[in-house]
Amino acid sequence: MKRVYLALMLWPLGAAAQDMSQMQGMDHGAMDHSAMHGQAAAQPAQAASPPATAPAQDVHAGHDMSGMDGMGAMKMGPMQGGKAPADARNPDYSDGIMPAAMHGMAMHDMDDTAASSMLLIDKLEAFAGQGGHGQSWEAEGWYGNDTNKLWLRTEGEREGRRPQDGDVEALWSHAIATFWDTQLGVRSDFGEGPKRQWAAFGVQGLAPYWFELEATAYVGQGGRTAGRVRAEYELRFTQRLILQPELEVNAYGKADPQRALRSGIASVEGGLRLRYEFARAFAPYVGVAWEHLTGGTADLASEQGRRVTDRRWVAGVRLWF
Amino acid sequence: MHGRPLAPFDPSRRRFVQGLAVAGVGLAAGVVRAGQADASMPAMAALQGPAFQLAVREAAVDFTGKARTAVTVNGGVPGPTLRWREGDDVRIAITNQLDTVTSIHWHGLIVPANQDGVPGLSFDGIPARTAFTYRFPAKQAGTYWYHAHSRFQEQSGLYGAIVIEPASGERYPADREHVILISDWSDEDPERVYAKLRTRSDIYNYGQPTLAGFLRDAREKGFHDAVAMRRMWNQMRMNPTDLADVSGATYTYLVNGRAPAGNWTGEFKPGERVRLRLINGSSNSIFDLRIPGLRMQVVAADGQDVVPVDVDELRLSAAETYDVIVTPTDDRAYTVFAQSIDRSGYARATLAPRAGMQADVPALDPRPRLAMRDMMGSMAGDSSDGDMVMAHHASTEYGPNTDMHVDMPRTNLDDPGVGLRDRTHRVLTYADLHTVGGSLDTREPSRTIELHLTGNMERFAWGFDGQKYSEAKPIHFRSGERLRVTLVNDTMMNHPIHLHGMWSELEQPHGGFQVRKHTVNVQPAQQVSYAVTADNLGRWAFHCHMLYHMEAGMFREVVVS
Repeated sequence: MKRVYLALMLWPLGAAAQDMSQMQGMDHGAMDHSAMHGQAAAQPAQAASPPATAPAQDVHAGHDMSGMDGMGAMKMGPMQGGKAPADARNPDYSDGIMPAAMHGMAMHDMDDTAASSMLLIDKLEAFAGQGGHGQSWEAEGWYGNDTNKLWLRTEGEREGRRPQDGDVEALWSHAIATFWDTQLGVRSDFGEGPKRQWAAFGVQGLAPYWFELEATAYVGQGGRTAGRVRAEYELRFTQRLILQPELEVNAYGKADPQRALRSGIASVEGGLRLRYEFARAFAPYVGVAWEHLTGGTADLASEQGRRVTDRRWVAGVRLWF
Repeated sequence: MHGRPLAPFDPSRRRFVQGLAVAGVGLAAGVVRAGQADASMPAMAALQGPAFQLAVREAAVDFTGKARTAVTVNGGVPGPTLRWREGDDVRIAITNQLDTVTSIHWHGLIVPANQDGVPGLSFDGIPARTAFTYRFPAKQAGTYWYHAHSRFQEQSGLYGAIVIEPASGERYPADREHVILISDWSDEDPERVYAKLRTRSDIYNYGQPTLAGFLRDAREKGFHDAVAMRRMWNQMRMNPTDLADVSGATYTYLVNGRAPAGNWTGEFKPGERVRLRLINGSSNSIFDLRIPGLRMQVVAADGQDVVPVDVDELRLSAAETYDVIVTPTDDRAYTVFAQSIDRSGYARATLAPRAGMQADVPALDPRPRLAMRDMMGSMAGDSSDGDMVMAHHASTEYGPNTDMHVDMPRTNLDDPGVGLRDRTHRVLTYADLHTVGGSLDTREPSRTIELHLTGNMERFAWGFDGQKYSEAKPIHFRSGERLRVTLVNDTMMNHPIHLHGMWSELEQPHGGFQVRKHTVNVQPAQQVSYAVTADNLGRWAFHCHMLYHMEAGMFREVVVS
């Protein structure tokens, strides 16, 4: 079972790694294109003449432009991301003329850098598990423009009216590539045991095949380190009925006995939630979630007579403002 | 009514999309419903020139059963049709009765820069509670329109038709004419629509790929092909149903201010030649228009007479206008059916010998999906996509605000575009349009300005060459020069690009004059070129006419000096 989880987890990460490498300018153009041309051939409406086996090569011949005078030398970049080629065009056609705004004219009142804001309460749910029942939440919100945002996230749960475990993060989110933002900020843990403060840095974005990914590293007092990776996907059965699988892995660099943690991968959580979007902003759901403590942390829990694995039924609502 | 409800489990959608049978535009006295006001309230008043008094003010409207506030001209949505004669010295006195700045831009008219009506470039706008008088000569004839150029006032109702009669009579005379101004209305505040798009750009798309759709594809095409089809789109994080940012999920589509159920009707006598002045005055919608049972003879594009061409259907991109002549011979009603490009709704009007008649309304077509040529441009070996050309990407196109690059754009003008390619009847394409008399300036362009239309759907960021308006420098046209503007669409959406103050003379793929326009729709992964004569000094707006694309940054300042 654990192997399946890991495979599930690593697949989108692998995809993201590939994407990030493109982002860093490695030329994956050939790979992208061949993938696409396979598709081109497979689409009957488009497959005008080429036989099923040859098209990838045919298309590449086209891309190489070898038959075209003077163009053969031009290098094709990747279709997405990448770095500007050396012979990229200069976008400046101003001849040194300044914009109207510099001449005392009131700025055209368009607002392409205007800030906007969003609040998504992804989970607000009650759970009934083998180890007890309670409530949990997960939410994120931001304020800012395309390039820079103040990003807030929180998640946690409570059992028997006491916060069991929770954290809140405040991050500066900065767009660095088409689908990726870097994040820099702080995290604060609360709940059982002493509070912990962390500096946080990581990336967040959309990996190929529409996986939402979040990977954050944390550095705390006393040389503590931690990492969290989260992946989410939306599988649409219909326009409104959506299955949302997700996976979260938490790891710690150093034992923190007061919070019942040992070093290494501490927990793996998975969930499957089926929601119905009455509106984009309002979607009730039901689902099932698993939580596994792993490694030393699992051993510690066993020693203390606590559950290592919990399966929970959940019901809640997803809200968007 | 044969309209298809869009979403299951939501019976209210039908009424919302089709509007009210008794939809109406409020007058100063309050909300007036057309049911009681039909006789006394023409859908759109017409004012005859050359001097006009227009008041911009808020008024109550009700298109869907909910009272809303619109920004109106003389209390109407649309505002009055302005009619003047070629050669008139036009004077238009505007009083701004809003609490915010307003402006009116005369779309497609060649006017002096300080009369063009773009705040920040032409003038400072018309501040709240003040007046401004526009003065310019009407040097051209044809069908045009006007609209606000201030924030989202255009989406809120500030637009209307302009008809300029030629001094020497119509080249293609008709027995009567009707203005058909198509627009999109949302009960939501446009600021809210914009904020939602920037948070989640697919929020109005209820035609996303689903597992149900995948199984259907697998049944029809085989599992392997269905997987392959999804694979590439998903790998690219692109959506093949990404046709309209804002859809019938929030829009009600209007003809002359009437929702489909309100059925605006234009009368004719059987056998008459009827000129329809088709205007897409919507903020963010592209329409495919046909009149089942009638052929349309296209006689003008963007106000300019063209060599007549007979078609059964045509695509009206945002801000484009076409004049067509129809000759209904039967004593029956005909439906003017304009469905949005994503098939999420339609605008509808009726041509009939007598008021109150109506014809069948066709069902919406299935939602089209973007094809490979809409993403990759020219498919190798497919010569129908035009000559092989290489795009020259700008160095600024590799940042976070660009989500794809098209290296080999297609150049053909004879593609009617996504959703119209498999029609069995005749659909208008740009390749069919030939302006009567040819080019205004036969000089060969002395230089080329290449610009790429770029965007990032995930961030709802739009621009030219990967730059938003606020990041970019102006584009300099040297006074008197003839230059070529080459646009390459590096996105999967259509972008109607509008240059103020000067004509855009679209060129054939091999060079040579095609058609004179004020708004050139550039299809996904397509390259088009047009020639411009820089003969109108000043600072001009140059932008995508999708209002939300423009606001998000697909806008440039052009300086002629």
